Amino acid sequence: MSKSSQLKFLSRLALAAAASLVFTTGASAADKTLTVYTYESFITEWGPGAKVAEAFEKTCECKVTYVGVADGVELLTRLKLEGAASKADIVLGLDTNLVAEAKATGFFAPHGIEAKDVKVPGDFTDDTFLPYDYGHFAVVYDTQTLKTPPKSLKDLVEGDPSQKIVIEDPRTSTPGLGLLLWVKAVYGDEAGAAWAKLKDRVLTVTPGWSEAYGLFTKGEAPMVLSYTTSPAYHMVAENTDRYQAAEFSEGHYIQIEVAGMTKSAKEPELAKQFLGFMTGPEFQSIIPTTNWMMPVAATKEPLPEAFGKLVNPAKTFLLPSEDVAANRKAWIDEWLAAMSKN
Amino acid sequence: MNPGSAVELVGVDILYDTTALHFDCAIAPGGIVAVAGASGSGKSTLFHVIAGFEEPDRGEVRIQGKTMSGQAPSERPVSVIFQDNNLFAHLDIATNVGFGISPSLRLSAGDRARIDDALGRVGLDGFGKRLPPTLSGGERQRVALARALVRHRPLLLLDEPFAALDPGMRAGMRALLRDLHRQENNTILMITHHPDDVRALADSVLFLDQGRIIAHDPVERFLERRDMAAINRFLGNE
Amino acid sequence: MFAPAENRITITAGTLSLGGILLFVCLAVAALLFQAGGFGNGVLFDAYIWRVTRFTLLQASLSTLLSVLLAIPIARALARRARFPGRVWVLRLMALPLGLPVLVGALGLIEIWGRQGVLNTALAGLGLQQPVSIYGLFGILLAHVFFNMPLVARLFLAGLERIPSEYWRTAANLGMPPAALFRFVEWPILRGLLPGAAGLVFMLCATSFTLVLTLGGGPAASTIEVAIYQALRFDFDPQRAIALSALQIVMTGALLLVLARVATEPAQSVTGGRASMRYDADTGLSRLSDTGWILFALVFIGAPLTAVVGSGLRADLAKLAGDPTVHRALITSIAIAVGSALLCVGIAAAMIRAAGTVTAGRHAPTLARFFAGAVTASTSLVLLVPPVVLGAGWFLLLRPFGDVARFAPAIVVAINGLMALPFVHRILAPAMATHAARTDRLTASLGIRGLHRLRWIDLPPLKKPLLMAFSFAMALSLGDLGAVALFGSQDMITLPWLLYSRMGSYRTADAAGLALFLGLLCLIFTMLGTAGDRRVPEGRNT
Repeated sequence: MSKSSQLKFLSRLALAAAASLVFTTGASAADKTLTVYTYESFITEWGPGAKVAEAFEKTCECKVTYVGVADGVELLTRLKLEGAASKADIVLGLDTNLVAEAKATGFFAPHGIEAKDVKVPGDFTDDTFLPYDYGHFAVVYDTQTLKTPPKSLKDLVEGDPSQKIVIEDPRTSTPGLGLLLWVKAVYGDEAGAAWAKLKDRVLTVTPGWSEAYGLFTKGEAPMVLSYTTSPAYHMVAENTDRYQAAEFSEGHYIQIEVAGMTKSAKEPELAKQFLGFMTGPEFQSIIPTTNWMMPVAATKEPLPEAFGKLVNPAKTFLLPSEDVAANRKAWIDEWLAAMSKN
Repeated sequence: MNPGSAVELVGVDILYDTTALHFDCAIAPGGIVAVAGASGSGKSTLFHVIAGFEEPDRGEVRIQGKTMSGQAPSERPVSVIFQDNNLFAHLDIATNVGFGISPSLRLSAGDRARIDDALGRVGLDGFGKRLPPTLSGGERQRVALARALVRHRPLLLLDEPFAALDPGMRAGMRALLRDLHRQENNTILMITHHPDDVRALADSVLFLDQGRIIAHDPVERFLERRDMAAINRFLGNE
Repeated sequence: MFAPAENRITITAGTLSLGGILLFVCLAVAALLFQAGGFGNGVLFDAYIWRVTRFTLLQASLSTLLSVLLAIPIARALARRARFPGRVWVLRLMALPLGLPVLVGALGLIEIWGRQGVLNTALAGLGLQQPVSIYGLFGILLAHVFFNMPLVARLFLAGLERIPSEYWRTAANLGMPPAALFRFVEWPILRGLLPGAAGLVFMLCATSFTLVLTLGGGPAASTIEVAIYQALRFDFDPQRAIALSALQIVMTGALLLVLARVATEPAQSVTGGRASMRYDADTGLSRLSDTGWILFALVFIGAPLTAVVGSGLRADLAKLAGDPTVHRALITSIAIAVGSALLCVGIAAAMIRAAGTVTAGRHAPTLARFFAGAVTASTSLVLLVPPVVLGAGWFLLLRPFGDVARFAPAIVVAINGLMALPFVHRILAPAMATHAARTDRLTASLGIRGLHRLRWIDLPPLKKPLLMAFSFAMALSLGDLGAVALFGSQDMITLPWLLYSRMGSYRTADAAGLALFLGLLCLIFTMLGTAGDRRVPEGRNT
C-alpha cells in the first residue's frame, strides 16, 4: 500500500468506527422509557437482558433501555458518581452485601411490593431491595484431578496443602468477599487462624472471578471458589459433568442479587411495575440458563435437569448487610494479616 | 562603514559559558579568503555568525553593507557547505540540488535543466537519480557545490569542504572551485587546515587564534609572516 | 530553530499539548476531590500502605533490573545480526506482548510455566515434582520480564542502530576486542537510553495490578495500584485514591530523577545515513552467543504467545468471525487505537520539537529549560495517574453536559493516548534529536520551511520511528481494558472488553478465540511499525 492509500484506508476505518460509536439504543419518542442500570454480563447477547426487555415491553407499552457497568460494585460507584441526577429508574444487580451501603446513599425509594411468592434461602427481605436471583458460593472442583473433594469448610481449611485452590481477593471482588464472610460466619473470632491454615492451600488470590476460573479450567488448581450453579453451565452448555461443586456440611454462604428503584425515577409507576414483573414467572424463567443463578420464585416450566443435580445447601449463611458494611475493613485487615504471614 | 565590503563584522562578541569570542573585520568582495587557525580558535563560530546559525551577543554582521541582525539564515545572501552531511541521505541527488532553487521543490522544466547543467559543471553528469549514500565523499561535496551554484548567492562559506578527501581529490576539487569562482565571481570564505589550500586558492587569509582575528593579510604577505607563533605553527615554519 | 514564525507555531503547539495534558489530569483530580468535599484527614500511611509500598518498590525494581539485563544482550545480538532471514519477524514478535491484555499474556505464560505447563510437565517426565512454581515473586518477575523486556530490547536496538558506521569501522580498525567494543561504543549509547527505558519499565511494573495479584500467590504481593483500585471502587474514597496516586507519583518521580542524574543522553553524532556494516560479526564466538540470545528471546516470548494461539485455534473461530458483536468490537477497538495513537504521536512530536526549539542555542533561558523538563516529566509520570482516577474524574466533569456515554469515545481515546505517551516519547525523542542535529542548519540555510520541510526533510527519515511509535501506541491502546471499563456503556464494546465479558460468563473458548484475534490485530499493527525497517545495504546502488 502506498502512503496516501494507507492514510485513506485508516481514515475510512476511523469514520466507520465513529459512525458505529454514535449509535445509541434510543427509544421512539412516543413510548415511555424505563432506564435500567445493571452489570454488563446481564445485557450481553447470551445474558437475560434482551429477553427480559422483550417480555416486559409486551406488557408495559414502554421501552427498556439498559446501561451496563462492569459489575455490582461498579454499579454502586456509578450511582455515587452520578448522585441524585442519575438517569436510572431501576438499579438491578447489587448484592446483599452492598444493600446497607446502597441505602445509605439515600438514592433509593421503598418498592412497596409485598412479594409473598419470593422465596430465598435464609429468608432475606427488605423494604427497598427485591431479590431476583441467588446462588450459593461453593468450592468447584475438577473430578478428573480431585477424587476426594473436601466435605466441609473445615476439611478445606485443614486438608492436604498440596491440593491447591484458587480464590478471589475480597478487596477487589464479590466472590472474594463472599468467601471472607463465609469463613467469618463459620469460624467467627477464629477466622484469622482458619485463614492462616488455609493459606498453604491457596495457590493464588486473583483480582476477580474470571482470572480464578481461567486458572482453574487451565488445570492449574483442582479447586476454585465459585458458585453452586457453575456446574450447571458446564452440564447444559458443554455437556460435561467434569466440574462439580463440593457440598460443605456447615452450610454455604449465599449471594442474593437484588434490584431497587431510585427516588429520582422519572417513571416511578413503570419502575414499580418492573419490580413486580421481575419476581413473576416470565422473568424468573429466563434467569437460570442465562444468568446461571437460581430463581427466587416460581418459573413457568420446571428447571433444566442439570439444576436438579446441583448442590442444594442444607444451611445458608447470610450476615446482615449492616454488619458487613460496619466490619468489612476490620475483617479484610484480619484476612490480610493472616494471608501475608510467611 | 565600508559599503564596498562583502562581509563586515563590527564589534561582534559571542559569549559562551567559559569563553568569549570577538570578531572585527571587513572582507573585500570577489576574492577567495582562507580562514585558518588552530582547532577551537573560533573558525566555525565565525561562520555560524555570518550564516545566521548564531546571533552575536553584541555587535553586528553586515553583508554587502546591509545589517543581518534578525535575518534568518535562508534570508541572508549566503550559501554554506559543511564538512559532511550536506545532503539529505533519503533524497536523490537532483532533488538535493533542487532545494537550492526552491526550498519547496516547485521546479519547472527550466529548473531541472539548470540542475542538470550544474551537475555537469561539477563533473557529475547523469548522477541525478542516485542517492547520496551511493556516492563517494568527494562526489557528495561536488553535489553540495552544484547546489550552491544553482542557489547563486554572492557569498559562499565552505567549512573544511575537502577535509574528508584524499590529496588527489583535494587537488581536483581546488581546481573545480577555482573555475567556478572565476565563472561566478562571488566571494568565498573557506575554512582550512592545509597551507596547501591557502597557497593554491586563497587571495587573502583570515587567521584566528583563541577567538580573535589576529591576522588579515593578502596571501603573499601572510605566507611571509614570521612574527606570530600561531601562524608559524600553521605554515610549518619551525 | 532559525525561522521565527515557524518556531512560534512549534512552541505554541508544544505548550498547548503540555497544558492540555496537565489540564486533563488536574481537572479530573479536582472534580473527584470536589465531589468528595476536599481532602479529608483519614490516616493514609498505615502499616498496610507501607507494606504495599515496600512490595511495589521491591518487585518493580527487580522486574526492571531483570528486563534491562536481559534486553542488553538481546538488543546487541539483533544489532550485530542486521540481516538474517526472519529478523523482522523477531522484531514484530517482540512488539506483541505489550499489545495483549495482561490476563491473556498471563494465561499464555501459565501454559508454559504453570503447574500444568509445558516446562513442569517436561521436568516431571524427568522424575522431578513441580520444581518450578510461577506463583509468587518469581511469577511476577517472569511476567513483567515477558511484557517489558521486549520493549527495552527494541528501544536499545533502535539506539544501537543509530551508532554511526564510522564507529564500527574505527573499532574494527583498532582491533577492539568485544569487551572494549561494548564498553566504549555500545555501553555509552545504552547508558544514555537507560534512564528512559528503565524508568518506563519501572512505572509499568509499579502500576501492575492484575499480574501481581494473579501470579503473586497471595495478598502479600499487592501494589499501591491495588490499594487505589480498592479505595475508589470498593470503598468509594476518592481522597484516599488520589492521595495514594500522589504517593505513587512522588515515589517514582524521585526515582526517575535519580536515574536521570546517573546517566544523561549521549551527545548526538552524525553519519552518512547508511546502515552500519558490523565488522565484529564474523567471529565464531559472537555468532554463537548472538544466535543463543536471539533463540532465547524467540522461545521466551514466542512460547507463551504460541500457547495463546493454540488455545485460540480450539475456539469456534468461524462463529466468532461472523458475530456482529465481534465486528463492532473490532471496529471500535481499531478506531480507538488509531485515534489515540494519532493523538499521542501528534502531541509527543509537538512537545519534543518545541522543547528542542526553546532549548537550542547558547543561552537557553531558565523558563525554556523548565519547559523541556516539564515535557520529559509529564510524558513519564502520566503513566502513574491511574486511569480509574482519570475516568471517574472526567465522568463527574462531563455529567452536567448530558449523557456521559456520548463522550466516552473521546475520553477513552484521550486516556489511552496519554498512557501511550511515555512509550512514544522514548521512541521519538532520540530519533528526532538525531534528525535535528543532522538537518537543522542545512534546512535553515536553504530556507526549507513549514509543510515542505515536513514532507521532504522530516517525514522520510523519521518515518521509521514515527511508524514504530504509532504502532506501539495502537498496540497499547488495543490491549487496554481500564479506560473502557470505566465508562462501560453497551454502545462501546472493545475487543478486550468483550474478551473479559466472555470469560466472565464461562465462555473460555470464545475468550481464547478473541485473544487470538487481538493477537493478530496487534501483529498487523506491529507490521506497520516495522514497515520502515528495510535498510539500504552499504555502498550499493538502489
